[in-house]
Amino acid sequence: MLDKKQTITIKGTREGLSLFIEESASYNDAIKELNEKILASKPKNDEPVVSVRVKLGNRYLNEEQEKELRRIISVENRFRIESIESELIRIEDALKWQEDSEIKAINRIVRSGQVLDIKGDLLLIGDVNPGGKVVSTGNIYVMGNLYGIAHAGSEGDRDAFIAASYMKPTQLRIADYISRAPDYESEGVYMECGIIDGEQDKIIIDSLKVLSHKRKEISGFERRMNNG
Amino acid sequence: MGEAIVITSGKGGVGKTTTSANIGTALALMEKKVCLIDTDIGLRNLDVVMGLENRIIYDIVDVIQGRCKLKQALIKDKRFDYLSLLPAAQTSDKTAVTTNGMKEIVAELKQEYDYIIIDCPAGIEQGFQNAIAGADRAIVVTTPEKSSVRDADRIVGLLEKEDMKESPRLIINRIRSHMMKSGDMIDVDDIVQLLSIDLIGIVIDDDEVIKASNKGEPIALSPNSKASIAYRNIARRILGETVPLQSLEDDKGVLQRVKKFLGMRV
Repeated sequence: MLDKKQTITIKGTREGLSLFIEESASYNDAIKELNEKILASKPKNDEPVVSVRVKLGNRYLNEEQEKELRRIISVENRFRIESIESELIRIEDALKWQEDSEIKAINRIVRSGQVLDIKGDLLLIGDVNPGGKVVSTGNIYVMGNLYGIAHAGSEGDRDAFIAASYMKPTQLRIADYISRAPDYESEGVYMECGIIDGEQDKIIIDSLKVLSHKRKEISGFERRMNNG
Repeated sequence: MGEAIVITSGKGGVGKTTTSANIGTALALMEKKVCLIDTDIGLRNLDVVMGLENRIIYDIVDVIQGRCKLKQALIKDKRFDYLSLLPAAQTSDKTAVTTNGMKEIVAELKQEYDYIIIDCPAGIEQGFQNAIAGADRAIVVTTPEKSSVRDADRIVGLLEKEDMKESPRLIINRIRSHMMKSGDMIDVDDIVQLLSIDLIGIVIDDDEVIKASNKGEPIALSPNSKASIAYRNIARRILGETVPLQSLEDDKGVLQRVKKFLGMRV
């Protein structure tokens, strides 16, 4: 027993502590040992709160187990959990992640009274007519005329944006922001995008090239990873 | 085996009934057997426009509820042997007609007639569903007004969900050429682009249309009014002929050219 490899390893780094839980150990053993280790370290009174990264390796914790882990580590408020990292995610979560980050190409006309609501990014090849509405949790790209309503980042993603070949929308909505067409008669614009401007705190319409510095991630490595 | 065409628009007052009456008449002029069906229960008009109001004995609801045979309810037109009308009920409720009842009637009429023209009520409720139930094709009527085009768009969306032989076709009605030229009316091309369905005809706003429908004589019977030619052109396009669109110019010269063109083809 004594020769057994330690189940819990704690390493100090510049950012705080890293707490490794040996992935081959049983969950019950790990929790037991963790509990002992945490309680064994008697702190000095004026010691600051230490941040901890928990590394699970190839171990998956269910909600109950994660709650228990958090409770043990943060007991007496000596440690703050920065993150719990696992190499594993559930199939369900992976599929949702994939769905949320996928570009869905749809070829149709969204006519008055119709709503096209999708998860992830929407690439619509066709028009959105007045009275029609497109909604996506990610970005919206319209290869056609956008006359109706477009709502990007419908689940709260303020970094989402709306791009269209021709833009003369009734309304643009991004996350919880709404902008509408002016009351006076106006011309639409070609090849532009709607995006939330942080400084003005509202949706602005600008040329597509602003995306290259304001929304770098759309062509970035991480995104391509997401899309597999 | 005939073909059933529903004339619809969504918005009221854009000229569905006038269009139905005139397309029916124009097809009959070309010696096709045509039956018009009025599905606007409670607000029937087609019989009035056709001048057949005084001949109604039974109506479509009587047929559906089994009070008479389909043949008994059909009214033969006073001008053409080829043309019949199945009138709507004026007193019954809209719920008296069902989609299945309509399908049966249309199927029976298709045995006998070349074309069944179904005049649809305004709106998108049960009456609309009934009217389109038995149709093989649809023609959407709109005027060059924003509200009317918007409703036409909605209707096209609904029609696309139905199982029809081909996508709906478009008639732009009540065009005032001087307003369209000055840009105060939406352009024909813009409407076609927005709705992105095939245009089957344009009809110029013509005082003669109102005069004719008050007399119970469809305008398509008049030899040379612009609207009359427009309706007859639409009928020819329904039969599969290629007929160029009428020019929006007002001057006589163009009218003469159109006439000449018609003369050449006939």
